[in-house]
Amino acid sequence: MRRISLALLVALLLPALAAGASKDTKLTLVAYSTPKDAYGQLISSFQKTGAGNGVSFSQSYGASGEQSRAVAAGLDADIVAFSLEPDITSLVQKKLVAKNWNKDKFHGMVTRSVVVFIVRDGNPKKLKTWNDLLKPGVQVITPNPFTSGGARWNVMAAYGGALRSGKTPKQAVDYLGKMWKHVVSQPTSAREGLVQFLAGRGDVFLAYENEAIFAQKKGQPVQFVIPKATILIENPVAVTSTSKHKTEANAFVKFLRTAPAQRIFAENGYRPVVASAAKGFNFPTRPQLFTIKYVGGWAKVEKRFFDPHTGVMAKIQGSGGG
Amino acid sequence: MAARAAALPSPRARRSPAPGLAVGLSTLYLSVIVLLPLAALSWHAHGWEAIASAQAVSSLKLTLGVSMVVALVNAVAGTVIAWTLVRDRFVGQGFVNALVDLPFALPTIVAGLTLLALYGPKSPTGVNIAFTRWAILVALLFVTLPFVVRTVQPVLLELDTEMEDAAASLGAGRLATFRRVILPNILPAILSGVALAFARAVGEFGSVVLISGNLPFKTEVVSVYVFGRIESGDAGGAAAASVVILAISFAVLLAIGGCRRWVTRHDR
Amino acid sequence: MIGKYVVRFAALGYLAALLAAPLGYVFWRTFRHGLGPAWAAVTTPDAVHALKVTLILTAIAVPANTIFGILAALSIVRYRFPGAGLFNAVVDLPLALSPVVVGLALLILYGRGGWLGGHGVVFALPGMVLATIFVSLPFVVREVVPVLREIGTEQEQAAATLGASTIQTFTRVTWPAIRWATAYGVVLTTARALGEFGAVSVVSGRLAGKTESLTLYVQDRYQSFDEVGAYASAVVLALIAVTTLILMTTLKPKEETR
Repeated sequence: MRRISLALLVALLLPALAAGASKDTKLTLVAYSTPKDAYGQLISSFQKTGAGNGVSFSQSYGASGEQSRAVAAGLDADIVAFSLEPDITSLVQKKLVAKNWNKDKFHGMVTRSVVVFIVRDGNPKKLKTWNDLLKPGVQVITPNPFTSGGARWNVMAAYGGALRSGKTPKQAVDYLGKMWKHVVSQPTSAREGLVQFLAGRGDVFLAYENEAIFAQKKGQPVQFVIPKATILIENPVAVTSTSKHKTEANAFVKFLRTAPAQRIFAENGYRPVVASAAKGFNFPTRPQLFTIKYVGGWAKVEKRFFDPHTGVMAKIQGSGGG
Repeated sequence: MAARAAALPSPRARRSPAPGLAVGLSTLYLSVIVLLPLAALSWHAHGWEAIASAQAVSSLKLTLGVSMVVALVNAVAGTVIAWTLVRDRFVGQGFVNALVDLPFALPTIVAGLTLLALYGPKSPTGVNIAFTRWAILVALLFVTLPFVVRTVQPVLLELDTEMEDAAASLGAGRLATFRRVILPNILPAILSGVALAFARAVGEFGSVVLISGNLPFKTEVVSVYVFGRIESGDAGGAAAASVVILAISFAVLLAIGGCRRWVTRHDR
Repeated sequence: MIGKYVVRFAALGYLAALLAAPLGYVFWRTFRHGLGPAWAAVTTPDAVHALKVTLILTAIAVPANTIFGILAALSIVRYRFPGAGLFNAVVDLPLALSPVVVGLALLILYGRGGWLGGHGVVFALPGMVLATIFVSLPFVVREVVPVLREIGTEQEQAAATLGASTIQTFTRVTWPAIRWATAYGVVLTTARALGEFGAVSVVSGRLAGKTESLTLYVQDRYQSFDEVGAYASAVVLALIAVTTLILMTTLKPKEETR
């Protein structure tokens, strides 16, 4: 008798329990390290909205390439946010992200930035253009594009900057070779480069505006200059095809592109992809700004410049160094 | 005959399960923990030209060269330090003893940051070796510090001082006593520590990257080169390069083992 | 006579430059804003959780490697089996692999599509334990082997002829002789397990509050420009290592007062 009533109780409660459980969705966000603070704030904001009610997050932050490789090796993720598109493309190739991930009006991007020169106090060597980097004695720090995917932005900014100044592609490649002779340190990450620069090495550190602004916010003595010709960095975000909570994940990604969310990104140093969110922030437009499309698009660029055996950079690095 | 054999239990018969068990268990453990992942790595290796490029060879030469110097410096410094910690008596000795392992327990980023601050451009001591090959040497000496010290210490602690006293009473000077009596006994331990220091130096990454600058052909160590292969999507090439590094390290470790066997040839 | 002082001066000088200065720097960076900020930095929920993860990893890796270490040392030195020389050299190999490659190997083996893949090993605690064991494997072996060789087999053989069993021989004769070596091996293994970063970073998936060890937490703080947080966490690791050393070396038997 008691057993039957217990079973009845459980049978009555079970649907209620199940309903309660299904409201508590857990999403896993795998992202690169720089926007950690931003995503912390964004998640709190999202959870206050209707779509985000009852959604909890598991977060992972690390170097973009490393995170992409982790997801490829089986790290369960619902949303991935990396620093450059190729890190998502490699997941598309492994069928972990849908092929049409970037077929929206934002082309899959969620934030923007530009390549800048971080210089010494007062910019004593007056480094303002890419040609200035070739002045005798100028010492440049830039992460190694082979050990830091993000550093490829720097190389393409330099190459595109040379093109913008009127050089032919061949001359622009020559420029890269000459500029690389001024490189005195190739840290394995942007963060490492900043540490080295602040420790006294080099005259200029090629960095990203959002990281420079973030460093300034955290009290680091960082001064930067944005060259006239520089590349527009675009950071992608996508929902994985293996996500078990695609509705909520898509809701979160949609949220990231709303004006309030974009303002949070802007507060953390990123240029928003939604124009209205940039009001009130100091993001100077650059007259000769260009995108990765101007220099050929990632697929062509990866092959031409960063192929480990035949790439332009492989030849420059492997030619006995600077 | 049978009665006498039964009276004294044969030592071998009594000990027979133990050696098999010890060898079996430790080999199993080693296989699962070390050999299996290494096998998977070797299987995955392809693109052997990755390690044959000029840049790779240069980084390999640099790494092996610096690692051997590190091993030698540690052989001397480690022995001297172990001696001071065991045979000497001074205020704060216990404190110093406690600190010896710390380079090891610190995350490599912290090691790098610290060495950059102390021996870099803004060094308070005026010693600036950052972004040179010396920086690699110093970083590696820092992380391999405990090895020879800690392998020689227990042997010194177990060492019977009778032989040294005998040598002294026969008129041998301290240096001769050291050379003839002590050194042969601690040399196997030194070589053990040297093997560890060499292996660690070859594989070190985190503490070297920040302070060396990673310039190909100048200050790029092979672990950075391999990391570059992984980051560039060439995991197969990275695996191939790693297998080559392992093979070379293995050869050196076997050689050190051979050295030790030669040194202790009279004890067998 | 001056020989003693020369040796002492050389040792302490080397240690001052290579050990004391860096450690002093770490402590200065940790405490230069006072004890309060440093304490607050290491008592955040993420920091405490990271410490728990590190302690779990260490608590599994160290005993495992210690037992292996003693068995392996006995195998190499006493029970001369074919391949002992190779076995001896393989034991050191884990160190020669750079940590990123260790992580890569574990991902290849236990990750998606690997030979032993799909069982929740990587991106979870088991994978991190395997990585930690891998990188801290050789130390007990390397410590015990020279001492075993040094003491020779005479006493053990004597014990055996007197009728001692294997276990008795080990506990009464062998163990007292290798006690110090094992102690230092444990100290080195612990220190290495505590400080491991690269391999664990790759196989952990870095899930905040779940698979973040204290070294990963240090990197997280460093990335966020939280200098005090990074250095304070490093100091916690250092203190655990020192505590282990003190525990290991004060458990001396009364006859061995030196």
